[in-house]
Amino acid sequence: MEHVNITTPAFIDLHSVSKHYRQHHAIDSLDLSINKGESLALIGHNGAGKTTLLKLILGLTLPDAGSIKVNGLVPSQTSDRKKIAFLPEIVSFPASMTGRELITFYARLKGCKQSECNRLLNLVGLTDAASRKVGTYSKGMRQRLGLAQTLLGKPDLILLDEPTSGLDPSLRKQFYNILEDCKSAGTTILISSHALSEIETKTDRIAILKQGRLVIHGTLDELRNAADLSVQIRVSTQSGQTSIIIDTLEPETSYRKYNDHCIEFDCHRDDKLRVLQNISKIPSGIVDIEILPPRLDDLYIHFAGEENDESLNPQLTNPRS
Amino acid sequence: MKPILIMALAEIQESIRNRWIVASILLLLVLATSLTLLGSTPVGITKASLLSVTMVSLTSLSIYLIPLIALMLSFDSIVGESERGTLLLLLTYPIRRWQIIVGKFFGHLSILTIAILLGYGIVALYFVFEDIGNTQEWLDYVLMMASSLLLGGVFIALGYLVSVIVQQRATATGISLALWLFIVVFYDLILLGLLLADKAHVIQSKLLAILILFNPADVYRLFNLTGSETAALVSGMSGMTQADLLAPATLLITLTLWILIPLTLSIYIFNKREV
Repeated sequence: MEHVNITTPAFIDLHSVSKHYRQHHAIDSLDLSINKGESLALIGHNGAGKTTLLKLILGLTLPDAGSIKVNGLVPSQTSDRKKIAFLPEIVSFPASMTGRELITFYARLKGCKQSECNRLLNLVGLTDAASRKVGTYSKGMRQRLGLAQTLLGKPDLILLDEPTSGLDPSLRKQFYNILEDCKSAGTTILISSHALSEIETKTDRIAILKQGRLVIHGTLDELRNAADLSVQIRVSTQSGQTSIIIDTLEPETSYRKYNDHCIEFDCHRDDKLRVLQNISKIPSGIVDIEILPPRLDDLYIHFAGEENDESLNPQLTNPRS
Repeated sequence: MKPILIMALAEIQESIRNRWIVASILLLLVLATSLTLLGSTPVGITKASLLSVTMVSLTSLSIYLIPLIALMLSFDSIVGESERGTLLLLLTYPIRRWQIIVGKFFGHLSILTIAILLGYGIVALYFVFEDIGNTQEWLDYVLMMASSLLLGGVFIALGYLVSVIVQQRATATGISLALWLFIVVFYDLILLGLLLADKAHVIQSKLLAILILFNPADVYRLFNLTGSETAALVSGMSGMTQADLLAPATLLITLTLWILIPLTLSIYIFNKREV
């Protein structure tokens, strides 16, 4: 019997893509595919090639080598862009125009109706401010206006470049909720971000870029397995009783004692259960136990390996180091 | 066609919002009104009326103002949008790069049309009510308005050319100002200097005519000041009308080429530009 291999073609498919500007390799032999309806976080230092990669996918710049297909087509200036949306990292809309005028302009270009503009302004909470000039908007409001324009025409693909920088925590939450709704509707989402702690649970997969190269990509769990980093265990005890924990640890285990009732130590994933069993045998004095798996911050530092780079967002600084 | 129209409308809308259009109308209106008032004294015994005098005076001043207004409208069209980040966003929409330039051009040209029509048109109403000017003079006045628009078009296109070449808005400002100074001020001075220094008469009238065609401001000046007998008489340039190379039709074609060439170049360079 003939074997038929049925595979879903990737929505975005990059094969050996390279792009350089003069001597600088912005993207270097990069292979990556993203399936339809999948969300992927693109992380890396400033200059790692994130924005160039987004521009390549958008067809705004052409690769020097390799091939890119988006929904089976080569992206270019002339491709149909009605179903692709983008939010640049820095966008300052003309200050003298109102929010409604701007969203209407973009809607006309995509052939959307005015009713959709109103719906989106409402979705991002800008209905009341829609008649105000954009010059009077706060950064968060401008960012929301930017998000509204990306949602015009129910795009199949949304590319976001540092979308939440400058947003307060509640706006970030709203932002991700809206994206979650888009994803549920089958939209493919690609987010480039520095804000690792907030992005780690928001996307299906994570891709780490370093100097134009794809270091690793996969789910958070896959990245954790590949990194094989220690788990951190934090134990709170009754006042002055941290020594009961220290006594259970292997002699070579290094630990950090924050005060007289809180201690933290690293432990290999395979030893975790054994260590916990030892602690649970302690008859009294333990108040709480927290198990902290490696965060994306830690994984990023592990894979990208540049802990002291100043271009990194402060969130990347390892608090335990 | 639709993206071009959307782009043009957006430019007009923005110029209304940021009061650019009002400022341009007022500037041209004040200029035309003051020239009409000033010009109402010295006509003397000629067959020209106040309308011709005003037209000739307006031509001389429009040479400076229209290019300046046009350049200020256009010089940051691309580089400014690039700096603000809106260009990157716009290019991800279903609009081609040539459509952006052509759309902006029609938008900016419309703004200039409104400014010229209202600025110079309101003053023309005075001549209508006072019943000043014959048919030829009115034709000259209308042609002056139309050619002012062409002159504006030239500098809008030149502004785009600057805007697609440079990477920073500040550079575009400097180059635009230098371009304006060179074309409307220094070019004629250099030409005059060459003619004065040319004792051996190397520069023949044909070469001079070609050199004049190389400057859109001079083309505009000649078109309006030598276009009709009355205008030539008032401006004192009747001698220039004899050269075939500087016939009104040639001048109009040259002005149109002065729009088309920089506009096409802008599109070509913009298509190659990395964003």
